[in-house]
Amino acid sequence: MAESGARLLVADDNKVNRLLLGRSLEVLGHRVAMAENGRVALEMLRRESFDLLLLDMEMPEMSGFQVLEQMVADQRLRDLPVIVTSSLEGAAHVARCIELGADDYLPKPVNPVLLKARINSSLEKKRLRDQQKELVRRFATSEVAEDLQRSGFALGGKRIHGTVMFCDIRGFTSITEAQSPEETIELLNTFYTLMFDAITGAGGVVNQMVGDGLMSIFGAPLPLADACGSAVRAAREMIELIEMLNVERQAGGRMPLKIGIGIATGSMIAGYTGTHSRATYTCIGDAVNLAARLEGYTKEAGRPILIDADTAAGLDTGQSLEALGAVQLKGKAATVDVFAVSV
Amino acid sequence: MTSATIDPAIFAELKDTAGADFVCELVATFADEEAPQMLAELRDALAAGSADRFRRAAHSLKSNAMTFGALPLGELSRTLELGGLPADDTPLDALQAELERAIQALKALSHG
Repeated sequence: MAESGARLLVADDNKVNRLLLGRSLEVLGHRVAMAENGRVALEMLRRESFDLLLLDMEMPEMSGFQVLEQMVADQRLRDLPVIVTSSLEGAAHVARCIELGADDYLPKPVNPVLLKARINSSLEKKRLRDQQKELVRRFATSEVAEDLQRSGFALGGKRIHGTVMFCDIRGFTSITEAQSPEETIELLNTFYTLMFDAITGAGGVVNQMVGDGLMSIFGAPLPLADACGSAVRAAREMIELIEMLNVERQAGGRMPLKIGIGIATGSMIAGYTGTHSRATYTCIGDAVNLAARLEGYTKEAGRPILIDADTAAGLDTGQSLEALGAVQLKGKAATVDVFAVSV
Repeated sequence: MTSATIDPAIFAELKDTAGADFVCELVATFADEEAPQMLAELRDALAAGSADRFRRAAHSLKSNAMTFGALPLGELSRTLELGGLPADDTPLDALQAELERAIQALKALSHG
């Protein structure tokens, strides 16, 4: 008996086969749904959630081969384990099923001992895959996770046009000195939670967290229609959220938090850098350096959000901006036109 | 030597794994609903000259025959599945006779 019954779908046009397979699976402790052809099976897979598909090949309306082809093309179905159960003649058919992504092949009549072993093995593989996906999601972002799943992992990147944001807590050292390390960790977790909400809510992707700072990208891995506007919207919300947090902190007699945000727009390379065993999704380009420098300059400028001319040009008119003129930023050969976003 | 209409070991194993009551229902489904339909489909497909429908129906019948341990019926079906459209329905008459034998034997075994 399986310790926890899985939800399985049996697709077979032959009623006797369908009933018998369903029965064998129920005896093994699983919950079973049935489809009488490939088209119905695919509809059910798209509508409901299953752990495994047992698929016959010879079916009217839509054959098992067509079901496999459609599943490979469907982001949500491509990882669902499939065991082909068929009495097709010839090894070429079996090979084609495996090439199309089937996990396993069981000839009919299905041997119950083999059935149990293969189902358990496929479910275990699915469990590991789900676990791995969950890990990737936790340590990357869902966008990067999907990108990885879709195109696989390869170092190197592609040229994109996007907007980069750097954000950092001002005077973080004096805050850490004024409180216990436990309080600092808690503060960082709260800070990151709030910043993530604002950034992802506006369509950005947080791709790096370093100490008390973070870097996020708008417009990669997936293109974003209004990257400049989204980044500025996120920045405004980040400032608002920090102000709300400060009300709470000050009520508890703690130091208020101040953040600085720098935003720049331009062409950059987005992709994976690092080694094959440890890599990170990031963007490289002039705009990335500029955003970091602008963030650093917020302290001197006394403004929480600074943006470059390309970001300013990408905003709707009516945004309240203050031109700070040409500024000589650290590490930059030429002066840069800087704008402050009113908050 | 001709083999038995139903291989007793295969049928016993089926009963063992799926349960005697369930197999009884399964035999009824096969005998009363599915097998007559598949036979009719074979005759229709032959009359219509559709090799694909013919092959598919023979394939389906083969699959069920093997499940129940009806090995001679399975072998006849397999020959039809792989042989293309026959010239006339003589092979189908032979198939029908074997099918009737198998169904009779299955009903006796499943109630026994």
